[in-house]
This record gives sequence, C-alpha cells and structure tokens, in this order.
Amino acid sequence: MKIHEYQAKEILRRFGVATPRGEVTGDPAAARAICERLGGRCVVKAQIHAGGRGKGGGVKLAGSPEEAEAKAAQILGMQLVTPQTGPAGQTVRKVLIEEAVAIARELYVSVTLDRRERALAMMASAAGGMDIEEVAAKDPAAILRERVDPHLGLLPFQARRLAKGLGLEGATARQAAKLFAALVEAYTGTDASLVEINPLLVTGGGDVIALDAKMSFDDNALFRHEDVAAMRDLAEEAPAEVEASKYRLNYIQLDGSIGCMVNGAGLAMATMDIIELAGGAPANFLDVGGSASQEAVANAFRILVGDPKVKAVLINIFGGIARTDRIARGVVGAIEELGGVAIPVVVRLEGTNAEQGRAILRDAAFEFILAEDMGDAAAKVVAAAAAAAGGGA
Amino acid sequence: MAIWVSDETRLLVQGITGTEGRYHALACREYGTRVVAGVTPGKGGTDVEGIPVFDAVAEAREATGADASVIFVPPPFAADAIMEAAAAGIELVICITEGIPAADMLDVSRFLRDHPATRLVGPNCPGVISPGQAKIGIMPGHIHRPGPVGVISRSGTLTYEAVWQLTNLGLGQSTCVGIGGDPVNGTSFIDCLEAFAADPATEAVVLIGEIGGDAEERAAAWVERHFDRPVVGFIAGRTAPPGRRMGHAGAIISGGKGTAKEKMQALAAAGIDVVESPAAIGATVARALGRR
Repeated sequence: MKIHEYQAKEILRRFGVATPRGEVTGDPAAARAICERLGGRCVVKAQIHAGGRGKGGGVKLAGSPEEAEAKAAQILGMQLVTPQTGPAGQTVRKVLIEEAVAIARELYVSVTLDRRERALAMMASAAGGMDIEEVAAKDPAAILRERVDPHLGLLPFQARRLAKGLGLEGATARQAAKLFAALVEAYTGTDASLVEINPLLVTGGGDVIALDAKMSFDDNALFRHEDVAAMRDLAEEAPAEVEASKYRLNYIQLDGSIGCMVNGAGLAMATMDIIELAGGAPANFLDVGGSASQEAVANAFRILVGDPKVKAVLINIFGGIARTDRIARGVVGAIEELGGVAIPVVVRLEGTNAEQGRAILRDAAFEFILAEDMGDAAAKVVAAAAAAAGGGA
Repeated sequence: MAIWVSDETRLLVQGITGTEGRYHALACREYGTRVVAGVTPGKGGTDVEGIPVFDAVAEAREATGADASVIFVPPPFAADAIMEAAAAGIELVICITEGIPAADMLDVSRFLRDHPATRLVGPNCPGVISPGQAKIGIMPGHIHRPGPVGVISRSGTLTYEAVWQLTNLGLGQSTCVGIGGDPVNGTSFIDCLEAFAADPATEAVVLIGEIGGDAEERAAAWVERHFDRPVVGFIAGRTAPPGRRMGHAGAIISGGKGTAKEKMQALAAAGIDVVESPAAIGATVARALGRR
C-alpha cells in the first residue's frame, strides 16, 4: 500500500526524523494561512501517489502568503502528469505547504527488503534529488549499501560508515547517523516495504532533514497496523481496482483491449504474455483465485466489461481442486446475472471434468467461443478483439 | 525415484480442523499419502475422519513418527507454525498459507538457520507431489503421471498447466515442487536443482519463474556450472508493468530489476531452453528429451 508524502512524514516524525515544518490542505485560502504561520515563504507540493511531481509542475515555491494561495489554487484540481502517472495523470486533491529550506547538499537514502540476503538493505548516495535508478545504472559505485538485520536495526558503526561515505563530518555526520537508524526503525516498526528519502537535505546550517519522503507498506502486515491502514487514499487508486479489491479480486488495469480472467497469479501473467505473443494487448491482470467461484466470476465480469477499452474477453481457467464443470456453470450464471454481455468471450477450460464444462458452455444461450488450449485461446481472442474494434464497436 | 516426498513420507497436517486443512488432508490421504496426524492447538484428543489430532507438533511427532508437515494455518499464525514444526525436528515443512508478512518470514529464515535439519518449502505455494507415491499440498493429483521430468515453479495453476502439457504428451513427472510466490521463502530453485541432480530418475527439469527478485538468474548460473541434464525454462510476466505487484507478493519489477526479459536472457545464456509461449512448455521438454 502506498501513502502520500505528508503521511510518510507524519510517521517518520514519530520515529524522530527531522522534516520541514508544514501542513496539508485542500483549500487555497488555508494554504495562505499556513504560509503565514510558516513565516511567509513556502513550498507548495502536490500530494499524489506518484513520483516526479516537480517535473510535472506539481511543486512550486511561493515568496508570500498571497503567492502560496495562488500557487495552491493552480495546483489543486490539476491533472498532474509525471513519468509515473501514465498519460492521463492524477487529479491533485491536497497540497502540502512547507517552509522553504536553504539547501547546501542533496543526498539519497532508502530502506528496502533485500530478498537475496534475507535482511533489509539501506542504500545511500551523495547523488540526491536525481532519479536513483539512473544513478545506479550509470555509476553503481555511487550507491553505498549496508545489510541491516531487522532485529538489530542499523548498527552505529554502519550508520557512521554511511555518513562518512557521503562525505559528512562532525555534528552533521552524527545527526545523519541518527536519522539513518531512525529510518530503519520506522521501516520495521510499521512493516514497511519501502522508506525512501530523496532528497535528504543538508541545510546551510549543517542540519539533516528529510525534504521528501516516500513510504509503502507490506499489504500482508496491514492487519497489525490499523493506523497505517487508515491512511489508504482510495481516490488515488483506479476506481475499477478499488471495486475489485472489495471482492478480494486481484486486478490491475492495463492499456490493452483484451480483458483477461484467469485463476492463479502465475497463469494470469502467462495468459497476458501469450496474448501479446499473438499480437494483442491485455487490458488487465485479473486473478479470480484458485477456486474461481461463481460470485468471483460474476464480479470479475462486471469489472471487465465496465472497462470501455475492453473489446473481447479471454477466460482461462485451469480447474484443479475446483471442478471445471462447476466453473463453467459459474461463468454461464454470471453472464445471465448480468443480462448478457455485448462483447465476444473466448473460454479455455482445462482440468478436472473439462469435457462436461465445455458441454455446459456449448449448450448455454450465450455464444461462447471455445478454445482448445492457451495458444488457440490467444489467437481466437486477438482475432475477436480486432473484429470488434474494426466493426466500430 | 523422486525427491523429498515418497510413499514412505509420514505426513502431519497443521491446521487440520480448519475448512481448507481438513479438505486437503483428506484429499492427500485419498491420493495415497500417509497422513498420520493433525495439529490444532486446543483440539488435541479429537480426530478428523480417523486422523488423530494433537495440540502440538512435538506431541504429534512423538506419537506418530511424522517426518513431514503441511501448514494450512492463517497468515498471522503461520510463521509460528513453521517454527514449531522446525523445533520439533520435522524434516520437511511445506507451508501453503498465502499472505504471511515479509517481516515474519525474515524471522522464520533466521530461526531455520539454527534448525538446519528442516527444509521449508513455500510459503504461498501449492506444495510438493511425487506422482504415484504421495502428494503434499493442494495440487490436483490426477493431472500428474509418474515419470522422468522434475518440475520447479513459483506459481500454482501455471504449474498445473505445465504438468498437464507434459502428461498429455506422455511425459510423467518425478517430483513437482512449488517453491511459492513470496519474496522471502524457504527452498530455492537451486535447492531443488541440487536434489534433482542427485536423483537418477529425473532426466529433465522444467523451471517456471516469474518477474521479481533474482532467484531465476541465480538458478541459471548454477545450472550452467553444475547441471548437465536438459532444463526448459519459462518466465511469466513479460507484459507486466514495473512497480505493480502481479498477485504474488514477490512478483514485482522494482528499480528496473527482475524483468522477464532479463531473466529469459540469463536462462538462455546458461544453456537453458527458454520457452517464449507458455503453451509450448510440454512440447519443448519432449524435444529436449528427443522423443517427440
């Protein structure tokens, strides 16, 4: 789960990480009042769940409370397009008004899971404020790395080594070391999956402050962090994905025209892949779960056909424990429940009782296009989608 | 022959009194697996269709000689269940549970370092089956046939797909291992490959990976150096966008790493037969074994 910058900073402050002073608002007049309280000079920052906000015009400096109000009015409600939002952009509903801080140096620091080491990894770089993936690709040596035991936290010598590696000295180095340890505590204390500070700022006075902050969390652990779970902002997620999550369907919207419904995540990805190999483009990833119940199938259908991009649907079910005849009845029942579907539906059923399952689909009032195997299914659905699109659908 | 699971394996089921635990315990027994015990704290002294239930794994092991365990315990309690099994000296622990927090699995890996006799498979996996001998997990037994192909996979239904293709071509399986889709898990691809290398009955291996992490790349490097039998590889997720979790907690392209393309290249560079289409896995194995 992702959260906003202002929420991440709230959490980090609880763990003793210094951030600029600031407040969040959805109202330009309030932005003016906040800026006044901050001393008259401030930064207005769009709050959306995507990075690269500055490049898209979502971060602006204001020299006065009046200017803060004007900038906030400009940013609030805009469709902010960044490299991470996709071409449609994301509507800005809140802005963070923060004191403007004098910048001496910009650094980078993050905490993530290191799968290979079965531990945490803290990464730091003197090249802050830049796209860290680019830095890593161009100059891997520019990134410092510490393996962190989640139970011990960042050890003092590791924190000192990082600070020194970043060229920090004296009180600034000590402050940075403390901040690094606090970031690890925030990570383990909230079951985060990422804590990233980019840039981490060294001020003219030698203080170390998290100028930006990004946190995301392990969905599997949200049950023990109600405060974090309450920070979920549904407005930031695609409406269809929010709808799917209500039914515990695993759904991710993509840009193609072929809706996919598959049982199991690996098979769902493989189905998207084979659609692409056949010359089509998947409209989504959708895992209806291993058992593919009628209810799950019906809900999934509603979501798929609710996407105007979808020109044809491919259902690929490998019935194991769940018998395919029962799944076939579920699919037929779901379409009846919806009062029919206006686009072609290709079905590939395999596994236990597959023959009976196919017979049920053949006998149904709705005309399914039946496929023999995954390759056949992909070819048929790509052809059906092309025909539907060509027919002015 | 097969690896890890055979008709001698004595299985206990943790979480046997839950809906899933009960259903699959009975399905495993029906397949022919010796299911000797169940464990549910507080339900000791009862039974599930004749399978005795104990309060603790150590008690169950003591009373029944169980040497393998399969876990159907809900996510918040699953890490504890794994560690209890390891502490009781169970050699093979297969955790089916999906949704265990990554931090809990880091604790489990640390615990297992002090219990080297225990092998953990999973979590978030379909289990392990040695066709014709025993099945431990949730996979449909009937799609499998005994034979010479070892299967290793991070997925569930995609593994069934591959197995089904093999079976339809008359190619049976020695053992199929689902290692699970989580970022922190027990048994790795390499552990499986090492075991298959020591099993003369396994003539070829199918390796099914997916986006995220670098387990496939490491497996490829190992195959290049140590494994001389044919390996056929497929990587799911070539169409997956970066930064989006594709169902499995481990299936995410992060920081530009863990893409399907990179993984396929690593596999191909190691001499592994990389299949582009998931529909061609079985046929490629048949070709590799030279008996079309």
